[in-house]
Amino acid sequence: MKYVTVIGLEVHAELNTKTKIYCGCKNEFGSEVNTNCCPICLGMPGTLPTLNESVVDYAVKMGYALNCKINRVTKMDRKNYYYPDLPKAYQISQSDIPLCENGYLDAMIDEQGNTKRIGVTRIHIEEDAGKLIHADGYDGKSLVDFNRAGVPLIEIVSEPDMRSANEAKAYLEGIRAILQYLNISDCKMQEGSIRCDVNVSVHPEGSDKFGTRCEMKNVNGFTNVVAAIEYESKRQIDILENGGTINQETRRWDAVKGESVLLRTKEDAQDYRYFPEPDMLTIVVDEERLAQLKDEVPELPNHKLKRFMTEYALPFYDSSLYIENIDKADFFEEVAKFKKCQSKNISNWILGDISRILNETNKTVADMSLTAKKLSNMIELIENKTISNTAAKTVLEEIIFSDREPQDVVKEKGLAQISDTSALEAIVLEVLANNQKVVADFKGGKSNAMGFLVGQCMKASKGQGNPAVMKDILVKQLENM
Amino acid sequence: MMNLYEYTASELHEKLVNKEVSATEIAKSTIDRINATEEKVGSFVTITEELAMQNAKLVDEKIANGEEISKLAGIPIAVKDNICTNGIKTTCSSKMLMNFVPQYSATVYERVLKSGMTVVGKVNMDEFAMGSSCENSAVKVTHNPRNIDYVPGGSSGGSASSVAAGQATLSLGSDTGGSIRQPAAFTGVIGLKPTYGSVSRYGLVAFASSLDQIGPMGRSVTDVANLYTTICGADKLDATTSRREYPDFATLLNADVKGLRIGLPKEFFGEGVDAQIKESVMTAIKELEKKGATLVDVSLPSTDYALSAYYILSSAEASSNLARFDGVKYGFRAENYDGLNDMYEKTRSEGFGDEVKRRIMLGSFVLSSGFYDAHYNKAKLLQQKISAEYTEAFKLCDVLATPTTPTTAFKISDKVSDPMKMYAGDICTVTVNIAGLPALSIPCGNVNGLPVGMQLIGAKFSEQTLLNTAFAYENIMGTVSTVANL
Repeated sequence: MKYVTVIGLEVHAELNTKTKIYCGCKNEFGSEVNTNCCPICLGMPGTLPTLNESVVDYAVKMGYALNCKINRVTKMDRKNYYYPDLPKAYQISQSDIPLCENGYLDAMIDEQGNTKRIGVTRIHIEEDAGKLIHADGYDGKSLVDFNRAGVPLIEIVSEPDMRSANEAKAYLEGIRAILQYLNISDCKMQEGSIRCDVNVSVHPEGSDKFGTRCEMKNVNGFTNVVAAIEYESKRQIDILENGGTINQETRRWDAVKGESVLLRTKEDAQDYRYFPEPDMLTIVVDEERLAQLKDEVPELPNHKLKRFMTEYALPFYDSSLYIENIDKADFFEEVAKFKKCQSKNISNWILGDISRILNETNKTVADMSLTAKKLSNMIELIENKTISNTAAKTVLEEIIFSDREPQDVVKEKGLAQISDTSALEAIVLEVLANNQKVVADFKGGKSNAMGFLVGQCMKASKGQGNPAVMKDILVKQLENM
Repeated sequence: MMNLYEYTASELHEKLVNKEVSATEIAKSTIDRINATEEKVGSFVTITEELAMQNAKLVDEKIANGEEISKLAGIPIAVKDNICTNGIKTTCSSKMLMNFVPQYSATVYERVLKSGMTVVGKVNMDEFAMGSSCENSAVKVTHNPRNIDYVPGGSSGGSASSVAAGQATLSLGSDTGGSIRQPAAFTGVIGLKPTYGSVSRYGLVAFASSLDQIGPMGRSVTDVANLYTTICGADKLDATTSRREYPDFATLLNADVKGLRIGLPKEFFGEGVDAQIKESVMTAIKELEKKGATLVDVSLPSTDYALSAYYILSSAEASSNLARFDGVKYGFRAENYDGLNDMYEKTRSEGFGDEVKRRIMLGSFVLSSGFYDAHYNKAKLLQQKISAEYTEAFKLCDVLATPTTPTTAFKISDKVSDPMKMYAGDICTVTVNIAGLPALSIPCGNVNGLPVGMQLIGAKFSEQTLLNTAFAYENIMGTVSTVANL
């Protein structure tokens, strides 16, 4: 029997606000353990939370980017459970009225730019917990670092609209790209700034009833999400094929062993005893602020990708590299704006040599002195055959981190291409005179001798000869001999 | 001749300004009084003699330098032990926090220190403010200074007993369902439970966050007004504080009650209330009527259901607020346990007293899925109804006058084994917290040698009206509260 896999994702993204969600502590990864904490985020008796307004702003922007309805009037709720990394023994989260709901993401599912619409059920704001450290040398005891306690999170819950690991990956990539475009999350997987709960169920093809789902908690990294979905879907299908039934379970993805492990069954499901957080007021976002936040949402990655493919006729590959690197994309558009050279040529230089140099020097677009105007000028020099591609590489090295003009470099280094026929003719004649044996070979039918002769001519011109013109002259002269 | 500890704060202030006495002398007199009476009364968890002498010295230096001092500078104050005091043990009278020393202060405590008051110590209470007798304390039993066989009330029993015994001129208590007003009534002092949101709760170890409010207790209306002025006002550390501006309540005190409409809610004068208490309260109200106030009959029909709503809402919040006492970071941790869950279980079983455990269980139950709608949500609806009924009542009157408690103080250990009987004593006070209103208890006579309290309830932020009404009664009586003979 064939089965359909149904996937829903809950994405937790840490927001990159300056301070934590309910106190003034720094929101910073990598500080010395237990240094970004205060009595409030440590949940000391008597302390109270006060809401960091920028958390609401960030989440509302994400809501707009995912086409959500924004609940202008909302509240915080307590989610009660015990764990040593949760200082108050409750998490201040949102239950029945999330800040944003009923949205969607058009996830890019192939390289033709085709999309699938994935529903976004809700986005709510909440606080992160601290981090347990199980280290050697502490007599089997665990340690807790509370630096992360109170770091703001948004939880983005999808509809069960994905049908394959690839669709899930496409959705996650879309979410990540938007978080980056809005500059509201650092999106560093290895630092755990995006974490994922994965819900998977399977049902026989043709049936319209979903199977019983299992949830895998805290799957880190997109590769693991894909692996977890594939493993879990196969596990469930195997059970059904063997006549078994699926139990509603919470499972843990073991990335090292590559398998999911039972955490708890539905019967052991925790009752979080949600109730409205009495220490905080109703959250009311006024219309004016909403309008401003909506305004601040920039062009989103999917839109940009499609635009780059149509407006600049760039291939999917180039366009997708640009949506992952906003600085390069902006630089590309600035150069293209002059309309002096072909888009593909501009793109080749930016994604090719410029990216290579930046990589090698560990620098970014922002570190370059090269202006869009200068790059446009340089490419123009190539396109009007003033310099060769090879010469242009030299020019680029000279101008990328200096305020020099490409024209000056060309002049100073004598890089201008020689297209003057009479000058090239003299070079060709000299080469032919010095290589009479090769000429004889060519005449005798050794066609590959031609390549050698062109090379010699270029060498004699110190690389400045226009190769096409040079070859024309060479062919003509050989015919005449 | 009167001892310094017997004077009111405003009298002491005059003596300080006139350089008749020094703050150090006031502090010494009060510390001596504590030492002489504490064995009998048992108000204190921690006596902060050294701090008191330091506080007083600073005030004396200011006076010597000709600087102006605040109205409460050099006045001895006792602070309930659920209000965090940086560097001073804050136990909530619980085994759970027996050695807990906070590294931060409650906003009210900061304000008290800033005003130059002399902090004489931290006072006893029912554990985590749950109780009405001060018997649910893991530290000690506190006795009523008016008759040491009787309870001082609770949960702010030590705040009340210290003021009644002259161990402090003023004190801070907290009131979630009557915890300032009931002990004030039992010990014959004045206690104000302010409007929810007028005093910062930052640093008050939470019992029920939506009901808790810190308030002043003292032996004169002016003193209580001065302490209220000192502690009230917006606090950026407490999102639930109102941003409004507050006046200097004491300077605005006005004893003229001509035209004041006093509402008498019939539900507060019902069968459950002791007849002699009703009589004492009515006598006091008649005195105000003689001065030109008019009496209006009003009704608050949902009062009968208030206790259930109160115990559901307050326990629900308490179950969550007290979850942080898990043995992980601070406070008590059981000695022997096997793994994490066992550590939680043993720590909380051994660290909390019975009453606290009872409320945590009740609160966890009413919030659990399947029971939430029938209990928590119903109680929330009732809360709205009670608030609406008060709003209606305040269309007919400016202030409500009722008994603070249905009985006078009971004997120590009389009710300790019967929680329902104990809860029933809160009937006159809980609706005020449920509706977030201000209310004040002022002594209005004695029954069998034990004080009776009259409760004045006002609309939100009408503290001035309550204080004025109490001030009028105090003026009629000359004085309503003096230091107990011990």
